[in-house]
Amino acid sequence: MNKTLLIFKHELLNAIKRKGFIIITLIVPVIGLLGIGIFSLVSASAGPTVVETTTIGYVDEAGGFDQHTTQGNIELVGFDTQDEATTALINYDIPEYFVIPAEYTSTGVINRYTLQRELETPATTITAIKNFLTSNLLTGEVPPDTIELVEKPLALVTTRLTETGEVATEQGGFGNLLVPGIFSMLLALSLLISSTYLIQGLGDEKESRLIEVLLSSVSTRQLLTGKVLGLGAAGLVQVVVWLASLPLLLNLASSTFGGFFVTIQLPANFIVLGIVYFIMGYALFAALSAGVGAISPSAREGQQLAPIFTLLLFVPLWFSSILFIFPNSPLWVVLTIFPVTAPVAVMLRLGVTGVPAWELAVSIAVLVLSIILVMFLAIRAFRIYLLMYGKRPGLREIIRTLRSG
Amino acid sequence: MLAVEVNHVVKAFADKVAVDDLSFSVAQGEIFGLIGPNGAGKTTTIRMMMDIIKPDSGEVAILGEKLSEAAKNRLGYLPEERGLYKKLGVLDSIVYLSSLKGMDKPSAMEKAEELLEKTGMSATKSKKVEALSRGMGQIIQFIVTIIHDPQLVVLDEPFAGLDPVNTELLKGMVGELRSQGKAVILSTHQMNQVEELCDRILMVNNGRAVLYGNLPEIKARYRGNSVLLDFEGELGEVPGVTQRRQHKGYIELILDGKTTPQKLLERLVSQGIVINRFEVATPSLNEIFLQEAGKKS
Repeated sequence: MNKTLLIFKHELLNAIKRKGFIIITLIVPVIGLLGIGIFSLVSASAGPTVVETTTIGYVDEAGGFDQHTTQGNIELVGFDTQDEATTALINYDIPEYFVIPAEYTSTGVINRYTLQRELETPATTITAIKNFLTSNLLTGEVPPDTIELVEKPLALVTTRLTETGEVATEQGGFGNLLVPGIFSMLLALSLLISSTYLIQGLGDEKESRLIEVLLSSVSTRQLLTGKVLGLGAAGLVQVVVWLASLPLLLNLASSTFGGFFVTIQLPANFIVLGIVYFIMGYALFAALSAGVGAISPSAREGQQLAPIFTLLLFVPLWFSSILFIFPNSPLWVVLTIFPVTAPVAVMLRLGVTGVPAWELAVSIAVLVLSIILVMFLAIRAFRIYLLMYGKRPGLREIIRTLRSG
Repeated sequence: MLAVEVNHVVKAFADKVAVDDLSFSVAQGEIFGLIGPNGAGKTTTIRMMMDIIKPDSGEVAILGEKLSEAAKNRLGYLPEERGLYKKLGVLDSIVYLSSLKGMDKPSAMEKAEELLEKTGMSATKSKKVEALSRGMGQIIQFIVTIIHDPQLVVLDEPFAGLDPVNTELLKGMVGELRSQGKAVILSTHQMNQVEELCDRILMVNNGRAVLYGNLPEIKARYRGNSVLLDFEGELGEVPGVTQRRQHKGYIELILDGKTTPQKLLERLVSQGIVINRFEVATPSLNEIFLQEAGKKS
């Protein structure tokens, strides 16, 4: 059998037999299943929810606010004076009260009093007070249907059209973001784990000097290619398990939770681009890891150097909130084209706004060129520093030897 | 065809010249000792032979050609500091590493079982490498080095850390390799092993060859003009002897430049002295090593 293939097989089997690999691979579907299971159990055991009615006091100094005192589950009870209301509050007869000042109709200000310390007024309370005031102000002025319409939240239905005016297949929204969002996180995690394995493996072989036995049997190229492909295949196995489990979990989730999960869609080209960017991202990180493994005298030192590039994997995730607010920010063009952040950035953007074709083309071209360059430098560094045990070379020395070597 | 031919090889690292214009050859069917003090350039020389690093200049031919991928299958190399995949089983380690030498799995398994049996290590075959003692790990690595029936075997300090029983076992197996017509390069500090096993030697110091050739000839070259004598009776005045040194159980007689040991023996016999031991003093390889290493460094 071809020696590269033998190393590939050995590395792949070794990687997928590791406990860490098995746990990380299975943890995604298992956590998803557990989440769905726990939700089903809790909702089954809880039975029908009993809705409690809350009482809120109010003092009407403006006058005329005496109808519509039932707002959903909230019962509004009037007090003649603020002192009476305060007494009821400190006696725990009511949890809170509000005062409608005499000048309310001109200022619009309502004063609310409560014993609770809270970050902000609960939305249900605001809605109840708002609707109580609106109903009382508009009763007799407009038909009841109009009052009901005013009080209802806005029902906005957005339809995305294509450039030809047809209804687009992808309608956007959070349902569209979920799968690419999760996948981009898993992609970053998978690349991080693969890089760690590669550096660890090379470091161990250098420390145990096994690398000398290996290189007396195979060439540097065969050894590195076999390792990179073997660990890449292990990473691919992981990603395939995750991708395969996602539709199953989502189906299960939409039938269990309904609502939001029903709106989940996969963006067009997502699977194709997901695989393309996984493979290219993996190749780039493998080359970077091989380079780090080459200049590090031990596995531990290699692991200390790795965050220089592995941390960059997570940069698009840190900035994801900016993407949601400013999807067209130039920052995203930079993150899409910069090779180390490209795989995760593209996956995230696919879920939010999509990525223009020219950016994809530039991003893929830059990635391919970076892979070739880093691979070339990594193999060179590997040959030069392979047998230098002990001290790690300084940056200046590495640049000098790479130039002259 | 020579097993190894090294011609004017030079290798320099950033701060020093590790190997400086070194030339030597190793024939098939011989055990060749590569000796020298620490940092002399032995391991760098071996790594260049194994194509792990490239020489700056000069040529290395292994089994008659520049080391190719195919020729690597005919090489066995045991590096000085040893290691195997700790988490892998003993038999799996042997089979994987021998597959990289071109062996197919069934023959690797069969040969591995045979060698494990021969070295008394059969009981360890299902164990993980990390469960083995250092000496046991070394035997396993020796098996990995020879399992694919290589034509050239390079052993860097093969006896370091082995107990006397395993040392004898390995020595026997190294001897067998020679009798099978294979070339063995033995790099070691243990001069007694070199004296016992090697046919020819190369001593390097500061990257250069200091001694090179047939071991008995080299020892003869370093032979001093003195004789070790154990006798009965009174020695008295012996012509041609300039100095006497008393040792435990024998006396060392230093001869003048004109008197040969043969001549001295004749004189002693003619004087009627009863001789129990008469030996031309030859320095041990260790003494030659110390002398040469001290001279050049």
